[in-house]
Amino acid sequence: MRKFSRLSRFNIASLALGFAFLYLPILILVIYSFNASRLVTVWGGWSLRWYREFFADRAMIEASWMSLRVAVASATIATLLGTLAAVALSRGERFRGRTLFSGMLYAPLVMPEVITGLSLLLLFVALDAERGFWTVTIAHTTLTMCFVAVVVQSRLGSLDRSLEEAAMDLGCAPARAFLSVTLPLIAPAIVAGWMLAFTLSLDDLVIASFTTGPGSATLPIRIYSEVRLGVKPEINAICTLVIALIALVIVLASLASKLSSAQGESAAPL
Amino acid sequence: MSARRIFARPARLAAIAPYVWMVLFFLVPFGFVLKISLSQTAIAQPPYEPVFDLTAGWTAIHAAFAALSIDNFKLLASDDIYVFAYLRSLTVAAAATALLLLIGYPIGYGMARLPKRWQPVAMVLVIVPFWTSFLIRIYAWINILQHDGLLNQILRALHLVSRPVVWLSTDTAMYIGIVYSYLPFMILPLYATLAKMEPALEEAAGDLGAPPWQVFWLVTFPLSLPGVGAGVLLCFIPVVGEFVIPDLLAGSSSLMIGQTLWLEFFTNKDWPVASAAAIVLLVVLLLPLLLYERLQRRQLEER
Repeated sequence: MRKFSRLSRFNIASLALGFAFLYLPILILVIYSFNASRLVTVWGGWSLRWYREFFADRAMIEASWMSLRVAVASATIATLLGTLAAVALSRGERFRGRTLFSGMLYAPLVMPEVITGLSLLLLFVALDAERGFWTVTIAHTTLTMCFVAVVVQSRLGSLDRSLEEAAMDLGCAPARAFLSVTLPLIAPAIVAGWMLAFTLSLDDLVIASFTTGPGSATLPIRIYSEVRLGVKPEINAICTLVIALIALVIVLASLASKLSSAQGESAAPL
Repeated sequence: MSARRIFARPARLAAIAPYVWMVLFFLVPFGFVLKISLSQTAIAQPPYEPVFDLTAGWTAIHAAFAALSIDNFKLLASDDIYVFAYLRSLTVAAAATALLLLIGYPIGYGMARLPKRWQPVAMVLVIVPFWTSFLIRIYAWINILQHDGLLNQILRALHLVSRPVVWLSTDTAMYIGIVYSYLPFMILPLYATLAKMEPALEEAAGDLGAPPWQVFWLVTFPLSLPGVGAGVLLCFIPVVGEFVIPDLLAGSSSLMIGQTLWLEFFTNKDWPVASAAAIVLLVVLLLPLLLYERLQRRQLEER
């Protein structure tokens, strides 16, 4: 092995600039959320004023509650379906309709959201479904289960298959071999998949705008309509709270994957 | 072999529930988009003339087929607004993807050359912004780019400009927003292929007398092409249909197709035209989508 680092000065500079570019805007947003001044750009000292305004804003609180419920429900269903899909794709060998199946799972990952949102809305209208919590939840489940499937599938693909085969050679039924050998090994990826689905749902504006009904706006929909009118310090506070929540989720995810797997290989989200 | 085959049968059963779900909520809805794109606009709720009524018998179905019209598609092809919107979407996506590659490559390359124990940390650092809300990241840039925002304050403090520069509602702001939002999608596949590359190959080229730029251009870059392809598709396809970034950061003088579709749907309530616009967008993206699907399948299934 080489003794000296392969890092050149150019490498270090591009990494430093790259990470600064990725993180500075978010950092600035968080700092300004504690700004006492009403003018977003004039620093008026530290204050929690905008957080108080947010907690007094009934419409925002209701939208946040709606978003949280949708995110938890859709992430849970998506994790269940996405894990099943990943198991079928990586352990099912060949089966009829497999190409269509994997195509349907991979396409939503890059499909422009306006198309997915519009098509789901037209389905809900045709079915005469009442639009609100459940339609948004179904829409988010459809999108996020594909991300879960990819995360879990890549974990399943990197597993040593001789482990589950050994279990079955020793007399385990396939279901038992899966539950007691495979499932514990892919648990970190399943947890990471749930977290990813949760944050994607919490984040989504376009699909939710199409599939929700009057009176049940999600948080991004409310934030979007406020942002269109210009920068408001209260929005900085809300955004900071969302970032804090997501940071918490990431910390929990990495703790969970450390606890449940002694393996060095972590399940990379995406 | 036998254990593998015994395991495969119940594993295939696992496909049933997600299969049914995706057919119902992903595939079937496209049928509705196609159907409504072929129907006439009506001032009603929902705002289109129903085309099919399966309960009405065969003659009615026949009549319904006769009533299908491609007027919406003709409108899309004849109205400059839509043609320009498609062209603009494609050029913006192409330019943004090129920018992303230019900016993302050195970062992914730098990551791949970090000491092994630092690489997972760097990867988490790239992924975390992707987990933070899309909308919030765009909003963060509005904070910075607005009239009396941080960027203008810094530029004026440094006496680089005498009057605040207009950043918001320009294409520059939109490109900044796109690059900022999609950078992780470009970096990660690039890093993944570059990290797997055998360092001895670069060293051998160097030992044989190739100058660094030649080592890069003749060895490193060609070997990283799978990562380049994945990153390009991962950015290009969604950017073509992007709505939020151009809506919040670019001016309203020329629209991208995602915005046009949104406008037709939410403001003009013209669902048939919006559906037709979605179908055309889908057709435009079909080839890159198929390429992406093949790449993804190869990456996940052929190990």
